[in-house]
Amino acid sequence: MAIHPPPQRIWWNEPIARTEIVWIVVAFLWGLLMFSAMIYWHMEGEQNLSNESYRITPELFAEKANAMVEKYQVREEAGFPVVRPPPGSDVYMIARLWQWWPIIEFEKDQTYRLHLSSMDWQHGFSLQPVNINLQVHPNYDMVVTMTPNKAGEYGVVCNEFCGIGHHNMIGKIYVTEN
Amino acid sequence: MSTFKHRVCPATGLRIHNSAENLIKANAVTAIVFLAVGGFFGLMVALTRWPAVHLLPADWFYLVLTGHGLDVLLVWIIFFEIAVLYFASAILLNSRLAAPRWAWAGFALMLVGAIMTNVAVLQGNSSVMFTSYVPMQAAPHFYLGLILFAVGALIGCFVFFGTLVIAKEEKTYQGSVPLVTFGAITAAIIAVFTIASGAIILVPTFLWSVGWIGSIDTLMYKTIWWAMGHSSQQINVSAHVAIWYLIAAVVLGAKPLSEKVSRMAFLMYILFLQLASAHHLLVEPGISSEWKIFNTSYALYLAVLGSMLHGMTVPGSIEAAQRARGYTNGLFEWLRKAPWGNPAFSGMFMSLVMFGFLGGISGVVMGTEQINIIMHNTIYVPGHFHATVVAGTTLAFMAGTYLLVPLIFQRELIMKGLARWQPYLFGLGVMGISVFMMGAGTLGVPRRVWDITGADAALKYDYSGAAYLMMGLNGISAIMAALGGFLFIAIIVGSVLFGKRTGDKPLEGLTMTTATKYGSAESIRIPGTVVLVAVFFTSFVLYYFVNWKYLAEVWPLR
Repeated sequence: MAIHPPPQRIWWNEPIARTEIVWIVVAFLWGLLMFSAMIYWHMEGEQNLSNESYRITPELFAEKANAMVEKYQVREEAGFPVVRPPPGSDVYMIARLWQWWPIIEFEKDQTYRLHLSSMDWQHGFSLQPVNINLQVHPNYDMVVTMTPNKAGEYGVVCNEFCGIGHHNMIGKIYVTEN
Repeated sequence: MSTFKHRVCPATGLRIHNSAENLIKANAVTAIVFLAVGGFFGLMVALTRWPAVHLLPADWFYLVLTGHGLDVLLVWIIFFEIAVLYFASAILLNSRLAAPRWAWAGFALMLVGAIMTNVAVLQGNSSVMFTSYVPMQAAPHFYLGLILFAVGALIGCFVFFGTLVIAKEEKTYQGSVPLVTFGAITAAIIAVFTIASGAIILVPTFLWSVGWIGSIDTLMYKTIWWAMGHSSQQINVSAHVAIWYLIAAVVLGAKPLSEKVSRMAFLMYILFLQLASAHHLLVEPGISSEWKIFNTSYALYLAVLGSMLHGMTVPGSIEAAQRARGYTNGLFEWLRKAPWGNPAFSGMFMSLVMFGFLGGISGVVMGTEQINIIMHNTIYVPGHFHATVVAGTTLAFMAGTYLLVPLIFQRELIMKGLARWQPYLFGLGVMGISVFMMGAGTLGVPRRVWDITGADAALKYDYSGAAYLMMGLNGISAIMAALGGFLFIAIIVGSVLFGKRTGDKPLEGLTMTTATKYGSAESIRIPGTVVLVAVFFTSFVLYYFVNWKYLAEVWPLR
């Protein structure tokens, strides 16, 4: 039994049943396939993270975001500036206790370089209802090149716990028809 | 070693030394007390996240959620695991325990640490969640308590290793250690790695909290913290798989199909499980995809291979034992005629099925580098780990406790009728918790959030009605699981205090005779298990590809 020492002293020379061998081979090959799938998706898939990120101070990141807002603000909503940066440009979204700033307006099927960084604690960028989830750190500038492919109004909720106001940290992204 | 105080177990004939027995009792009882506290916190969490009930105010919710994670994920499980280590060494090897005084010192440190951290949480300034990600800061004694707890657990591991050495030297057993002990060795080795990682990150964090260190890099913290946080879950896997084998052996007289295969599967855990820190870093900035892919897959999924092997060998050994007993009709007579009324068996088998189907499959899918983008930090994540840690580990430990009561505490169970139903009540409740949280997660509901309606927020986002429904069903399932948990604690505490002493009577429900011949390649027939494994594998493959399809539908990213 499993609670007694193996009755055969030389248990490692016992033959293995075929059923077990078949399962070992199938499970091993399945693992190889799952491993390769991740590499394959980097070559052929459309949803990959870029690995592009930089060290940055919160002050410098805020400066860049402010400059973008000054240049491309189109209106205001609930006290938040709404910016409409040109396609292909660098777009900055600040995560801080407890807001995503500013509100961004994208054009459908255009590509943008979205920069994410935190001014204070860690936050979680969760774009809903698309369900794209990214971790936002202070002192790291994460660049995600995204191509919104459906027009509409999207929520950015925080899904990394960030203190007592965590549940109120909701931002917005609009995607308009071109 | 007759000079040490011991008794002889009437069921197994094993020598049970007082020192080991008392330490197993102390650790198991303490574990169950913390399970009660942490489980109560969990019920409060689930009732708050049920939008129609929304029980606690925000500050209390975050406080209680921190306490829930600490008490059940860490304290209950590690105390119980120390009991498992002492059982798998001193009892199964027929030996005395090495350095019982050190073992008591370890126990005291763990207890002091656990209480200290709980006090810090309840004081209200340490609602930082179980993960305590910097630069969010808890009170210094929050970290200090964790450090003391870890040091105590480390002492426990070394007492276990010492016992192995003594047993070997004093020749208390012949040949190799039993498979269950081998599983416990796996758990203890991973525990040492886990605790070392914990020390590397928690000691500087403690120094930072008292102002001696200026700042801690958030990404570095997370990488090392999860070398502790995820590895500690691998201790659980090793320990609960060892308990599956233990219960199959004690209740049904099952033998491993092949010692070699089962031990290799445990060895895979030791070699590869520590890489899983990466599971928590798949959508972080500053880490390369090469690193993520290699680590998140445990190097070509070799640790997953280990679990998939146990997934066949555990039910396979049960089938072989049952067939040897004469239940040979059709594919599943062996399973139908299994002792479903014995809570040790029913709990163990549900743990096996739910760990594989719910926890295992969802974990591998969520741990796929790109698929993680559509799941990271949604409530899918707690859905997954409630399937592994609660349905898997906690249910297996509960099942194991039903054996400890007669074997170690030498008491008969009280409320036997209710005990029959307890694993089903708890198991189904936890199944609901896991499934509905995973469902809500795929609809985008975040984890660790007090309110999803956005009632006090400047900007709003409305979740679908289905998301609200899932959170409600999660609440109902949590009530069911809490009832099952309460029943467990009532039965066990009641039995230990008031159960009839078993004395030298043979114990009912235990088979101490071996039902099968040793791992014989020529004689194994396990067609029912093959069907079960095929169903599992099909579900795995389908669910895996469905999630690639979901991923392919989101905005293109690069």
